Amino acid sequence: MASNSLMALWLIPALPLFSAAILLVSTGRMPKPIVSVMGAGSVGLSALCVVAIAQKFLTDGKVIELTLWTWMAVGDFTPGIAFYVDGLTIVMMSVITGVGFLIHLYSTEFMAEDESFCRYFAYMNLFVAMMLLLVMADNLLLLYLGWEGVGVCSYLLVGFWHQDANNGKAARKAFVVTRVGDTAMALGLFLLFTELGTLNIQQLLSNAGQEWQVGDLIPVIATALLLGGAVGKSAQIPLHTWLPDAMAGPTPVSALIHAATMVTAGVYLIARTHGLFLLAPETLQAVAWVGVLTLLLAAFTALAQHDIKRILAYSTISQIGYMFLALGVSAFSSGIFHLMTHAFFKALLFLAAGAVIHCLHHEHNIFRMGGLRTRLPVVFWSFLIGSAALAALPFTSGFYSKDAILLSAWELPEIGPWLWAGGLLGALLTSIYSFRLVFIVFFGEAKTKPDKQPGWKMAGPLILLCGLSIIGGWFVLPLTHVFPTASDHHNVAHSIEIISIATPVIGVLIAYLLFLGRQISIANLVESNVGQALKNFWFSGWRFDDLYHAVFVRTYTGLAHWWRHEPVDSIYNAIISINQWLHRIFSATQSGQLRWYASSMVLGLIVLIALVLRHSS
Amino acid sequence: MSLAILIILLLAGGVVAWQAERFNRDLPRWISLAAIALALLYFLNTVSGLHPDSFSLSPNPTEASSWLIHYQLDWIPRFGIRFELAMDGLSLLLIILTLVLGLIAVASSWDEISFKPGLFQANLLWTLAGVVGVFLALDLFLFFLFWEVMLIPMYCLIAIWGHEDKAYASMKFFIFTQVSGLLMLLSIMVLAWQGNVVNGQYSFSYFDLLSLQFESRYSFWMMLGFFLAFTVKLPGFPFHTWLPDAHTQAPTAGSVLLAGILLKTGAYGLLRFCIPLFPEESMQFAPIAMTLGAAGVVYGAILAFAQIDFKRLVAYSSVSHMGFVLLGLYAWNSLAIQGAIMQMVAHGVSTAALFMLAGALQHRLHTRDMNQMGGLWQAMPRMGACALFFAVASLGLPGLGNFVAEFLTLVGLFKVNPWMTAIAALGLITGAIYSLWLIQKTFQGEHLHQQQNTLKDFGQREMITMAAMMVVLIWLGLYPQPVLDLTQPVVDGLQSMFPLEPIFHGASL
Repeated sequence: MASNSLMALWLIPALPLFSAAILLVSTGRMPKPIVSVMGAGSVGLSALCVVAIAQKFLTDGKVIELTLWTWMAVGDFTPGIAFYVDGLTIVMMSVITGVGFLIHLYSTEFMAEDESFCRYFAYMNLFVAMMLLLVMADNLLLLYLGWEGVGVCSYLLVGFWHQDANNGKAARKAFVVTRVGDTAMALGLFLLFTELGTLNIQQLLSNAGQEWQVGDLIPVIATALLLGGAVGKSAQIPLHTWLPDAMAGPTPVSALIHAATMVTAGVYLIARTHGLFLLAPETLQAVAWVGVLTLLLAAFTALAQHDIKRILAYSTISQIGYMFLALGVSAFSSGIFHLMTHAFFKALLFLAAGAVIHCLHHEHNIFRMGGLRTRLPVVFWSFLIGSAALAALPFTSGFYSKDAILLSAWELPEIGPWLWAGGLLGALLTSIYSFRLVFIVFFGEAKTKPDKQPGWKMAGPLILLCGLSIIGGWFVLPLTHVFPTASDHHNVAHSIEIISIATPVIGVLIAYLLFLGRQISIANLVESNVGQALKNFWFSGWRFDDLYHAVFVRTYTGLAHWWRHEPVDSIYNAIISINQWLHRIFSATQSGQLRWYASSMVLGLIVLIALVLRHSS
Repeated sequence: MSLAILIILLLAGGVVAWQAERFNRDLPRWISLAAIALALLYFLNTVSGLHPDSFSLSPNPTEASSWLIHYQLDWIPRFGIRFELAMDGLSLLLIILTLVLGLIAVASSWDEISFKPGLFQANLLWTLAGVVGVFLALDLFLFFLFWEVMLIPMYCLIAIWGHEDKAYASMKFFIFTQVSGLLMLLSIMVLAWQGNVVNGQYSFSYFDLLSLQFESRYSFWMMLGFFLAFTVKLPGFPFHTWLPDAHTQAPTAGSVLLAGILLKTGAYGLLRFCIPLFPEESMQFAPIAMTLGAAGVVYGAILAFAQIDFKRLVAYSSVSHMGFVLLGLYAWNSLAIQGAIMQMVAHGVSTAALFMLAGALQHRLHTRDMNQMGGLWQAMPRMGACALFFAVASLGLPGLGNFVAEFLTLVGLFKVNPWMTAIAALGLITGAIYSLWLIQKTFQGEHLHQQQNTLKDFGQREMITMAAMMVVLIWLGLYPQPVLDLTQPVVDGLQSMFPLEPIFHGASL
């Protein structure tokens, strides 16, 4: 029995990996139906294996470990290709393969017309395999392999339509910005190995508990470096700028990579190594502040956008901010809970947005949509349910997860209420921008007519995700043995709880008044100078791109341009010049004139005699 | 004897290939291929005849009999000069790399060379013979001889079959290598003379000189002589400027040999000779050497990004990658040294592949200027996929060999000096910038080249070569243990003989 379940375990990442390899080698010679079956089927089978493993885990509650082989062994550095499956891994694997399968199924219709159909599924399967390795790894080096692997897949898929140079630019930006964080994380790995002598995560946690005290400097540095990796991958301040541009890829890619899975890897990393972060309260507090600042900044920015995918991208950044907030206040289970519900409703929103774009000849601007409620009913209901969950309206999944985070934040001594207030303001903004989107796109007068309807392969995943977005809040995650036990009962005043619940509803009302009922007009406000400036400032994402461009990009390209012709060579060129100069002087002496030779001989003789005389005297 | 036969096989193969041109112009390349394949088979056969346990024993650096194979013959007895060859796990690994890349170099020049193909193949084989000699010679005089033997045919490859600016490039290559080589010769002479002073007899044998106990005011300068010769070859910053010119002008096979193998002789020399012969001086000098390494990593990467010539870009990426080798060797712990050795192999394969791609592009487009490329994926998807693979290998993607190399190097280095590690780690970011830029400018974006539709994608022969190199990189990336096991005894032997650490003043975390 044991061997059967272990078999299922290594098959989970291996199935999509093999499928990716076969699709890559076939280089487009396979017919599309077979590619569809392989691409979506491999992830589906992988999901079934996850179900088998989850069932085993839930019945006996034992952590499953499996070492395939020792990756490399030099002295006491012996990371393995080895898996560690506990409740947290089960949750992550379920989200990746479950949501992943639905998105693959959706893609078979969405991408059906694309000439690079096979390449698309190869990259997507490779991504799923890498993401699974990331969450299953028992050591940080294998986690890093998955981490970089998903980064490359993200690069490949953002720049999937590479004929357009802008897509390539967005893809490179995504990779390089996250690589900055990854490099910090690599340094964190070096530090952890040097200090604790292992990269195995469980050993790290137990060694750290023995060797480090709360208040030591080393754990703060180590966790800060890991945090660097997390903010890069999860698009948090200050490394968040790549995600909105990453929307250049096909929409299902945005749903899978840039909403449901990869961007939450940072949250997973911190949750996985929470034992280290608990030894470094300073870093943990920084995590909370990063979360609050990011969620507010991204929410304001989302208000000003008019590209449907960019609105969703900023909303993703904002929602991951909530997860960071949860981690920062040590509510790890709530963070992971929000990660899961967010995966459901954000994948739903992206797929619904993809359906809109698909049916409206690649239209992205929400102001050129409108009235789609009756024309695309399935998409409308999907969007409505997704937005309700995103806004955390009562009884949706997002409500339960976000409410838990806000209450945990409130309970933190000293800074808690500030964090709570930030989160609450974010919640208000979230419901305004998400229902602004719903009202503008699906109500009002129709501006563009859809030329087709989504088929069952697109509608099916939408409907299933609708269900998950509603009932996901009632799932009980097997996380009790993973994280230090936090009480489910929040000890807060009723007034706080009521405010937390009421805020999103008020947000929807505001959105209704502003964008649908038009009872209030803010046109004057927006048209004023201050209003315009603020709107442009938010629209640009608070000018982060301009700042980074001026400080980093221009410095680097300027330096490269300046050094283009190899400044070091000027040293060697100087040596050459000196030699040539000497050559000219000495060849000038070789004039061929006898009197010149005679006189120089005489001169030399005189000098020689003078020297001899001087020495002898 | 078997080691000598290996070298003779390559030298003789060169002569035959040269003369075969008289009969048929296609014959030399077949002879060349056969000679290298024969040498490889002969070598593998010899190695498989060794006792399996002997691979896991640490060879004593001063005891020739503890090595895998040892062969010697008196040559100039008056000065104690011998024809002494010996092989341990490190030389074994590098010889396999040399011969495999030799095959690939022949394959890459298959259709490229029309002028005097016989002489071309001869020079190629003689270069290989010189390199194999360098990896085996354990008499310092003999070592210097082979050092020169690999230089001259390589010079000819660039000077005769190079591109538009070949005279300048080949001369620069020759002078840089020759001047630094002469400094090494001087150091070898002084070292042998010191041996004579202490022991009363001349010897150039590595095993004798390594156990030589002497305090000399010259020893720092001797170390410097070796260091310069090897660092110029590596090449380390700021002695690297010959490399971009040589690579740009060399024919494809020349670039493959140069990047894949010749640079590794520099790294090998540092590990085999420079540090063990002068351990204390080297450890004192380590901060400077490592600073040059870190500077090379960052500088090479920035300049790689600045280039518009495909081959120049790859050449500067080599400068960046070799910086890691310098850092790893001078960190002098087994993680970092293993990382540096792994880098020698992985970089050899990945860069050779990138130069083959550069050669293939130049063959088709008649330019290396990336501003005239772009959007080539449509016309040549297979070539694009290969380029993408080796570009991400070169940026250090985990799962491929280059990552194992860089990670081991950096994790070992971190124990020695965290700040240096942080600077070198910038290479991970800058490496991503130039690698992805390379792909963008060539295969992605809009069609720029006019003859888009007439371009021929990689055929079967090219794809087999490329696939073989991909498999090697994936294998090194996921299961590098066989390679690590091969060299670990060597590293252990050196470590136990010289248990030293680089000397930094006030640089700990």
